[in-house]
Amino acid sequence: MVSVLDTKLGRDLWRIRGQALAIALVIATGSLLLVMMEGLVLSLEQTRQAYYERYRLADVFADVRRAPEAALADLVVIDGVDAVEGRIRGGALIDTAPGAAPVRALAVSLPDFGLPKLNDVLVVSGSFPQTGRHDEVLLLKGYADAWKLIPGDRITVSLNGFRRTFRISGLAQSPEFIYSAAPGELAPDDARFAVLWFRNEILASAFDMEGAFNEALISLARGGREADVIRQTDRVLSRYGGGAAYSLAEQFSNRFVTEEISSLRVSARATPPVFMMVAAFLLYIVMTRLIEAERRQIGLLKAFGYTSLEAAWHYLKFCLVIATVGAVLGCIAGVVLGSYMAEYYKVYYKFPFLVFHIEPASILISLVFSILTASAGAIVVLMRLFDLTPAAAMRPPAPADFSRSARIAGSFRSLLDQPSRMVLRRLLRQPVRALAASLGIASGMGLSVAMLGVMSGFERMVDVSFDVADRSDMQVVFSEPLGPDALHSIRRLDGVIEAEGFRSVAVVLRHGLASHRGAVTGLPERPRLSQALTSGLRPILIRSDGLILAQSLARKLGVKPGDVLTVEVLEGRRPVVNVPVAALTTALVGAPAYFEVSALNRTLGEAGRLSGAYLRTDGERSELLLELLKGMPGVAGVSRKADARASIREIMDRGAGATRYVMTLIAGLITFGVVYNSARIAFSERAHELASLRVIGFTRGEAGFVLLGELGFITLLALPIGALGGVGLAGAIAAGFSSELYEVPGTVTAGDMAFAAVVVIIAALVSGFLVRRDADRLDLVSALKTRE
Amino acid sequence: MGFAPTSSDPGFLYRTEGLKRIYGEGAARVEALRGIDLELPAGELTVFLGPSGSGKSTFLNILGGLDRASEGRVWFRGLDLTAMTDDALTLYRRRHVGFVFQFYNLMPSLTARENVELVTEIAEAPMDPADALDMVGLSARRDHFPSQLSGGEQQRVAIARALARRPDVLFCDEPTGALDSATGRTVLRALQDANRSTGASVMIVTHAAATAAMANRVIDFSDGRIRSVTVNQAPVSAEMIQW
Repeated sequence: MVSVLDTKLGRDLWRIRGQALAIALVIATGSLLLVMMEGLVLSLEQTRQAYYERYRLADVFADVRRAPEAALADLVVIDGVDAVEGRIRGGALIDTAPGAAPVRALAVSLPDFGLPKLNDVLVVSGSFPQTGRHDEVLLLKGYADAWKLIPGDRITVSLNGFRRTFRISGLAQSPEFIYSAAPGELAPDDARFAVLWFRNEILASAFDMEGAFNEALISLARGGREADVIRQTDRVLSRYGGGAAYSLAEQFSNRFVTEEISSLRVSARATPPVFMMVAAFLLYIVMTRLIEAERRQIGLLKAFGYTSLEAAWHYLKFCLVIATVGAVLGCIAGVVLGSYMAEYYKVYYKFPFLVFHIEPASILISLVFSILTASAGAIVVLMRLFDLTPAAAMRPPAPADFSRSARIAGSFRSLLDQPSRMVLRRLLRQPVRALAASLGIASGMGLSVAMLGVMSGFERMVDVSFDVADRSDMQVVFSEPLGPDALHSIRRLDGVIEAEGFRSVAVVLRHGLASHRGAVTGLPERPRLSQALTSGLRPILIRSDGLILAQSLARKLGVKPGDVLTVEVLEGRRPVVNVPVAALTTALVGAPAYFEVSALNRTLGEAGRLSGAYLRTDGERSELLLELLKGMPGVAGVSRKADARASIREIMDRGAGATRYVMTLIAGLITFGVVYNSARIAFSERAHELASLRVIGFTRGEAGFVLLGELGFITLLALPIGALGGVGLAGAIAAGFSSELYEVPGTVTAGDMAFAAVVVIIAALVSGFLVRRDADRLDLVSALKTRE
Repeated sequence: MGFAPTSSDPGFLYRTEGLKRIYGEGAARVEALRGIDLELPAGELTVFLGPSGSGKSTFLNILGGLDRASEGRVWFRGLDLTAMTDDALTLYRRRHVGFVFQFYNLMPSLTARENVELVTEIAEAPMDPADALDMVGLSARRDHFPSQLSGGEQQRVAIARALARRPDVLFCDEPTGALDSATGRTVLRALQDANRSTGASVMIVTHAAATAAMANRVIDFSDGRIRSVTVNQAPVSAEMIQW
């Protein structure tokens, strides 16, 4: 049989169902975020792992200038090596529409017979190129989709300077190219970068690699030690122009995907607890007041002989039901939303499969965490109430001392009418309660401010990178480093207003055990089109006595200005030099390292060489200019800044950054929940008083003012507190979103604060309206019949 | 807990000695009870009279185990209530006393019958809730919620709830304070019937002096002290009371 207390519990919950639901939804949003983010991280990791294993992605990669196939036999006997594959890899250019820049591509060889032992590809449509046919190519699906190419279509490709037309045999995806960007570019753009897989003999003849390879792929045997294998590989390949083998962890695509997943993981760990804390704080305030309102009934139960424990359990169940409903709803919504997001990421990361998966433990943790935080407030207030004797519990709470507030309010007597004085006195009488309610709203607002700050941080990142740091309109990349003449001929082209050469060199930067595989960019001492900036956005002089490092890179390597880095150049003579760090720059996109261009060339022993140029152009003539640039010998690619900007935006909006929209929405929901709950509680506490006011002749408007005036004051007080709190939270949340690829500044603008304040005020107005409607419907007689 | 009321002084239901109750400190200090010495026999209907703030309700709360004395001692059947732990006091309330309050204090979300069950569920040898409601003449209204009952009916439910556990003492704090005189009389009648039929002692706090006529004993409070104790040899029936 259901006990009478449980019957009471059910009916009481039903009575306050609106508010109970509002509280449950706040809890739900917290656990939703927890479950969704945990699930996404786990699903992405498992999918990536399964994808890598199924298509036998190599563990170690080694570039060489030209090694005979016989060298593979020396590699396979290295201790810890399981399988070895040699392949040919080179640059290619794909002709597109006339007037459009050619698209840079990577040409990769497939064995002449059968499937690759390592770095296999998934043929999505069509088939592998037939052995013996010299005109077939397998094309990366992303590029084909962007240009609407299908198997059977033909494309014209320049391989090592020779243009040939190939028939597309099929479209493929590969775990090696989940994230594919043109060399030297940061953001992937399916339309501007392609991978072409040819049978080995085609590339062997194009790149003069018959019986040889220029990239070795190695997989490790179980228990094989990566560092040892890399060392041995370098030893074997050094005589063929190798010597910088690197692990999968440093592979371009994998590094990006790993960064994205770990950025998601950081926000999965860092953000939901922030949201839960805010929700818990809100619940503490709500539960405190909910139970305060029940103190008479608690006193009564004790008077009847219920023990403190029995009565406490009854009220705790009250909270537990609300918290459990909220947590369960949140978990369900988290799984639903997580599955949706997973489907979305599957498309974005071009995974052939991705199943949303969540550990039961994560759900359990989310449930327990939600329920505990929600109950904590209830437990605190219950403990306080149960120290009271039944007689004290049944008396109205804490005898009200109006004398002090009367004095203060007295000085305003002439300025305020009676309802305003009532509002003011009530606030002054219980300043702690008013402050707590304000803090509750402020914490909701802080969350919104922080998320808006993060949102605008993303915008600021793009603006700073593409408007302040990069003042060019186009970037030209040469197929190989060229002398100063190339820059002169570009300057003479019609439509070029200004051109500034740069040198970019692939390097490994090392400091102690930390290393970074990237590039050093050589710029003039006072660059005009591509600048390094201080945190105050002032240009930094490029130095010839030391590197200017991005702050994110300095953090990764653990260096500060004055420290010395080892720079291993991966091109040409492959010099290894020690260079000090001269200064740090605020680079929000990418992790650049700058060096004065002549000094860089001196280090390389290649005076006056440039890898490309930044151009400022006449917008009206840019189409023509593209055509001219495309026709220039030695130009490998041209990218417009607008395209690069669009690609970065794409990553921000569709990659790990996409979750910021969900989080901002949730922050808004929590903010609304907080304000609505505050209004609801104020009403339930004041119902009796409002009825009294109405009875003695106050109009609905005046009585409503007494209720809503307090809410208004509490809301206004919350605005500055929330704005300040948001500034602190924004930094923490932005750090969670930042990755090696981009850094989100955690700064909050006045606009963000204003917008959040407007959200809070609207929430207060809507809540006020809803509560006011109930206040207008108040049944005067029944409200007065029961003593407060 | 080992709480078993053993009687070392069976002549009295309650005995108090130097009982004081002080609220607040410093300027806000209020002495609600200023030293009460009283002996109350079992089975009587006792009325506590006095103006507001005279200490009668405070005294009743302490006897009922709802509040604690600041100084002095109270014995229930020779057992020292002032020395009891909270748990022992809870058990004392559960086994021996019932309460009726001025504002009924029914649980608004429970029906009349369920309000009675709230007490019978934890009592050791309770009445059938239906019988308890029958005693106060509310059998027909047992499935109504408090909001559907008149003030007098709500108070009778409260009495039924208090009686249903067969208490030794029934404490009533201004049981008719919120009622008109006709309704008040039906409530007083129910209390008198309970005293006569169940043998429970009934203690009524009121400032309606006319109620004194139905009492076996009248205790008059003033300013935290007992001004007089009157034993009434011929209590009248509740119906005869006018106020």
